[in-house]
Amino acid sequence: MSGTKKETGFSFTIDGVEVTAYAGQTIMEAADEAGVYIPRLCDHEGLRHQGSCRVCTVKAGGRSVSACTQPAAPGQAVENETPHLNKMRRDLVEMLFHEGNHLCPICEASGKCELQAMAYRLDMTEATKFPYLEPCRALDASHPDIALDTNRCISCGRCIRASQDVDGKGIFGYVGRGIHRRVAVNGANLADTDAEVTDHAISKEVCPVGCIIRKRIGFVTPIGEREFDKGLIGHDIEEKRK
Amino acid sequence: MDNGEGNRNGVAAPACGITPVPEGAIQEICEKYGSDKHRMLDILREVQDRYRCIAPTTMDRIASHTGLTRIEVEGVASFYSFLSLAPKGRITIRLCDDIVDRYCGLEDVTKAFEEVLGIQVGQTSGDGAFSLEHTPCIGMCDQAPAAMINDVVLTNLTPESARTAAEALVAGHSPEQLISERFSSLSPYERATRMVDNNVRHAGEVLLGPVPEEAGLSKAASITAAQIISAVEESGLRGCGGAGFTTGRKWRFAAAERSEKSFVICNADEGEPGTFKDRVLLTERPHLLFEGMTIAARAVGANEGILYLRGEYVYLREHLEQVLEERRRRGLLGKEILGTKRFDFDIRIQMGAGAYICGEEGALISSCEGLPGEPKTRPPFPVNRGYLGYPTVVNNVETFCHAARILDKGAKWFHDMGTEGSHGTKLFSVCGDCLNPGIYELPYGHSVWELLEMVGGQDAAAVQVGGPSGTMIARDSFHRKLTFDDLATGGAIIVFNGQRNILEIVDYYMSFFVHESCGYCTPCRVGNVFLQKAIQKFRKGQANPEDIDYLKDLSGTIIETSRCGLGMTSPNPVLSTLQNFPLVYSAMTKPSKDGIRDTFDIQSAIDGARKIAKRRSYIFDKDFTQ
Repeated sequence: MSGTKKETGFSFTIDGVEVTAYAGQTIMEAADEAGVYIPRLCDHEGLRHQGSCRVCTVKAGGRSVSACTQPAAPGQAVENETPHLNKMRRDLVEMLFHEGNHLCPICEASGKCELQAMAYRLDMTEATKFPYLEPCRALDASHPDIALDTNRCISCGRCIRASQDVDGKGIFGYVGRGIHRRVAVNGANLADTDAEVTDHAISKEVCPVGCIIRKRIGFVTPIGEREFDKGLIGHDIEEKRK
Repeated sequence: MDNGEGNRNGVAAPACGITPVPEGAIQEICEKYGSDKHRMLDILREVQDRYRCIAPTTMDRIASHTGLTRIEVEGVASFYSFLSLAPKGRITIRLCDDIVDRYCGLEDVTKAFEEVLGIQVGQTSGDGAFSLEHTPCIGMCDQAPAAMINDVVLTNLTPESARTAAEALVAGHSPEQLISERFSSLSPYERATRMVDNNVRHAGEVLLGPVPEEAGLSKAASITAAQIISAVEESGLRGCGGAGFTTGRKWRFAAAERSEKSFVICNADEGEPGTFKDRVLLTERPHLLFEGMTIAARAVGANEGILYLRGEYVYLREHLEQVLEERRRRGLLGKEILGTKRFDFDIRIQMGAGAYICGEEGALISSCEGLPGEPKTRPPFPVNRGYLGYPTVVNNVETFCHAARILDKGAKWFHDMGTEGSHGTKLFSVCGDCLNPGIYELPYGHSVWELLEMVGGQDAAAVQVGGPSGTMIARDSFHRKLTFDDLATGGAIIVFNGQRNILEIVDYYMSFFVHESCGYCTPCRVGNVFLQKAIQKFRKGQANPEDIDYLKDLSGTIIETSRCGLGMTSPNPVLSTLQNFPLVYSAMTKPSKDGIRDTFDIQSAIDGARKIAKRRSYIFDKDFTQ
């Protein structure tokens, strides 16, 4: 941080831990820098904040807000790792599991899936109570290098923002509303767009689940050796604090 | 569950032959709106009206004319109920499917249409002449069942009148001819009032009594912006759309923003089932409304205004356009209003296209900007950064009308009416099981019981105050007061007698919220579906006692984690009936005898495996010997 920025910094607390923030920073940005992990799915480094998955819900000044969009404020007391908030987050993650078809044992993303990793982190260890919606969406395998299985999509929209803002393309977008709202592509199918496997939107960092699939490289890292097989999601941020 | 997944991006194969849309025609429509992407909703509405659908090739053309991508156009086109990617009939009949309409005979009316047109609800006739649909509340609950036939509204339908109307349409009459043979020679006001009754049952002294012309505006033109804001603040006026934010403070925040432009937007998107008060003001007091908007513009220094009119009220558009034109002619809009230097303001009408969520401030602004009607992230608040990023005041129709009267009669006059914390009068739109459904303008502070006596609803068993997102109360709570501090309401009062099934009502309201959720955030998009499924389980008698805890728990998560007011209030039908009608729920629950949940049918669950394995289950087959 530059000296001038530090002068305008202020402090607030997350679960009683003092954190420094700068004007314009969101609660999550300040927390990330301070090594405090706030669970999230739709938010991703380098992309616009969206605040739609609501997994980053924290309590700030007694109100529940999404940490990725709520500006940090001086002196604010933020609650993050509380049993109540983690229960809410678990509910939201369960909702996402039940909205789509998430068959972890046979999914190519198993072990590097943020949804799955979030479920582990939030102790989603029991049978869930929600009904399954079991969508049946067509697989788009039209593109030579990329396949889309939107049955696994959690509508985080990271691909939309990555394609628009980083790649400057706009290959993805939301269509429909309510429970019918979902991610679709800018054309009749993916082959009809200018998507390329080298796009940031297609990279494995952007899609948090097994929806955007790069062809011919499946299971290149064996299950058991993948990112979240080794540690909980968020450990990279939390390690900054040690 | 019908996830609508049958076709990619919801584009169904054409149900009927559609004439190809000429390239020049799309260009012409786009150019009419300056090929401005922010006018996307207008462009798409016009394409829909003219060609009965927004086909994929049309979207490509619109995208290239407005500088957007096809998927951005599709995002808007697929969001609004009145826009369609698949061809609709040349005449689209939308039957209002509100619970009140259902209780007033919608089923028989639907049958009459189906029989005469030879199609079912949800279908388009093979020749492309007719589409028949259900649509959520269209704001005619005081004269249900009602229908929209293209832009024409029919009310108080009976199976007979429905049959007559359908037969006339089949015989080639236009929807307008159903209203009058000399429809084209009627004034826009006459047209509106022939279609829809106002049903003003009680006129109060603020809005529906005698109102002098432009008295408020003349006053506003003679004082400073700060004095206007102070007057509105001192009056105690609070927003009449439901949220009840202090109007004066909202104006003060917007006025304090330093910006090259600012905007005043009127929210005429009343979509809360059972609300129709703004419909009456838009018909009977349009001048007062525009006067109020003009006063707000002077208070905050805005030059441009937008009236966001819900798609269901398209029958009022011409009437309102005519009033705006008259005001321009009289110098009440335009440059130097009433000859006052630097007092320039004009208003355009933005039509909605069938989306309840657009009543939410941020979603309404998104819609005005030509985007899908999705709420915006707060902060920033609209008063700081709203329409196109400029400071924007959004108020309800009734609020603007009140403001105009306050400027005329003074803050104290208004403040003295009503109760502490709830000043002035309020329009209540009353419908359901009562003798005199309609509009009642009353000071705040009446009890529900007093209102029921006025409307002839004394045998009410339940009253829904504030629409589905409000509170459902039982007889033991009818002493409660209609104020912001007790029973807050945007105006909707729906009366239900003892013959009505509370769980059916709750099920309907949840289906409404499922249909109307924008789908942006997880809890509202998904949680409401689960909540409705749980209620349906109760209705089928398959609920266990612990399902009551499940309802409360799930409701709590949706309320706490949702991004906007829709999800923060959508569980209210469940929670308020659980609280006020607990016996209705407990009567429908029973503990399961064998530990297996009633919704789980083990026989059908193992059937597939049984067939593949060609074996039967020792444990679950009832009689293994056979």
